[in-house]
Amino acid sequence: MWQLLKIELFKIFRRPRTFISFGAIAAIILIIQLGLKFDGKSYVELMMGDISDSFEIPYNLVLNGYFIAFVILNAILIHVPLLVALVAGDSIAGEANMGTLRLVMTKPVSRTEFMLVKYFASVIYTILLLLWMALLALLVSIFFFGTNDVIIARNDVMEQIQKADILWRYICAFAFASVALSTVAALAFLLSVFAENSIGPIVATMSIVIVLTILSELKIPMYDNTVKPYLFTSHMLGWKGFFYSKTGQDGSVISGSIENLPAILRSLGILFAYILVFVTSAIWIFRKKDILS
Amino acid sequence: MSAIIEVTGLTKNFKEAKAVNDLSFSVHEGDVYGFLGQNGAGKSTTIRMLLTLIQPTSGYIKMLGMDLQTHRNEILRQVGAIIERPDLYKYLSAYENISVFSKMSGFKIPKKRLMEQLEMVELADRADDKVKTFSQGMKQRLGIAIALVHNPSLIILDEPTNGLDPQGIADIRNLMIDLSKNHKKTIMVSSHLLSEIEIIANRMLIIDKGKKIIEGSVQDLFDPSKMIVEFQTMNPGKTMETIMSTNWSKSFRRQETDRFIFEMNKSSIPELNNEFVKQGVQVLQIQQRYSLEEYFLSLTTAQPHVATSEN
Repeated sequence: MWQLLKIELFKIFRRPRTFISFGAIAAIILIIQLGLKFDGKSYVELMMGDISDSFEIPYNLVLNGYFIAFVILNAILIHVPLLVALVAGDSIAGEANMGTLRLVMTKPVSRTEFMLVKYFASVIYTILLLLWMALLALLVSIFFFGTNDVIIARNDVMEQIQKADILWRYICAFAFASVALSTVAALAFLLSVFAENSIGPIVATMSIVIVLTILSELKIPMYDNTVKPYLFTSHMLGWKGFFYSKTGQDGSVISGSIENLPAILRSLGILFAYILVFVTSAIWIFRKKDILS
Repeated sequence: MSAIIEVTGLTKNFKEAKAVNDLSFSVHEGDVYGFLGQNGAGKSTTIRMLLTLIQPTSGYIKMLGMDLQTHRNEILRQVGAIIERPDLYKYLSAYENISVFSKMSGFKIPKKRLMEQLEMVELADRADDKVKTFSQGMKQRLGIAIALVHNPSLIILDEPTNGLDPQGIADIRNLMIDLSKNHKKTIMVSSHLLSEIEIIANRMLIIDKGKKIIEGSVQDLFDPSKMIVEFQTMNPGKTMETIMSTNWSKSFRRQETDRFIFEMNKSSIPELNNEFVKQGVQVLQIQQRYSLEEYFLSLTTAQPHVATSEN
């Protein structure tokens, strides 16, 4: 299995298209960093709203690496599923399209093993994409903007997280995002089994994610308890929970605390359940499939 | 000789259509087994079932003495295959392709051996070039190298000469003869080029519409005493009249414009020629058609028929 996984990763990272995603992420992060470097004050004013009229805001302290990483994650994490679908949607359909699937399947590799390896390779790609994002969003921002406490704007309230209390939150957020994006990878992977051309599963994955995200965001009470809790898209932004802390009686953030850990764990559980269903279904279907490509 | 492939009652239905219908055959150790049939006869479906790409609807396949259902991986470890055109990873080099597929076969093959394999198919000097720059013939040769790299005892080739130029076809043919004679490999090969099978195979199976037409040794099945002979004449109308009014109608198979095809004993050729001369038919040419194609047609078109109208 390990040998097969190495082969799969070798194949993924020998394809030029794999690096389009890494390039796209680097480009958008650098654009955000440049924008905040030269016009960060306006952005903070916009974020603070009326508060900036009443208080003297130390913009150079607010605009630190941790804060900018948070801004970047908010801006781009929601769009990363497309980049994940590019690889996961191509995993089986791409091989069928190239005609290599029939050659691979004449090798002494069980179909279940082959599918597991394909999915794990997509997950590794997803994690590497997130690590790349973390490297650029966090380390490069820290390098250029330094570190300080982070101000989080939430429901007209500003919460200040101490800089010593922030790094673990990023690690947890990236770990959570890995699971969320692995769910999208699992969906694209499942759809990939049905197609002999990668465009179909990639477009289908994005369409499903977009429709379900809209449904998750709809402010229609009827759906709040009936539909939304069961959509994986309702749980994909759960990483933000790691930046919401409990507050003491004086309103200050309690260091090392998470406001609603059970909600985060529930979201993780639902995402894992979706992964299990998608991947198991994909394997089950592929095991019965006649390879005619 | 022990059976390397034993197929019993193999059937595959695609919805209502029966692609393969109750097919049984066996390939023995050391055979070069020709698998013949027209396009859509069910050759590729059968080969895909042998390679576990397609699940049979019913039937039983035993390969290398093991049940294919229960010993798939053990069997495939000893099989090298090409199914139609060898589609490879175009963004990888020839060396990377052969390396990747040899690892998938479960073997750790040293670089020296991989390069020898590329040398065998005359691609060693292009080892580092990406496959997307290769011609169809080069891809086919690389596909053969990949199929053979783990030294399989059974080689299954589905239309291996498809899309090749005459030199490429000759190369593949010579390679198969070499593998059979000098390396004692068992080879099952399907092809629409029946003349290829005639040259390389010792046993053969002909299928039509998914069903077995005939199976046996090429020598036995292609009986020289029943050779296919073509008479080209000046006056086709008179020729047909002569054939139909004599006992030669029993040997007559079909007409192709001014050519009349007979299945007959060699010694009967002068007799028929004399008959034509006696009846005033001017014979331009007498030619023997000694090929499996004629044989196949004689099997699948049992009744004599006229292909074109008389002049």
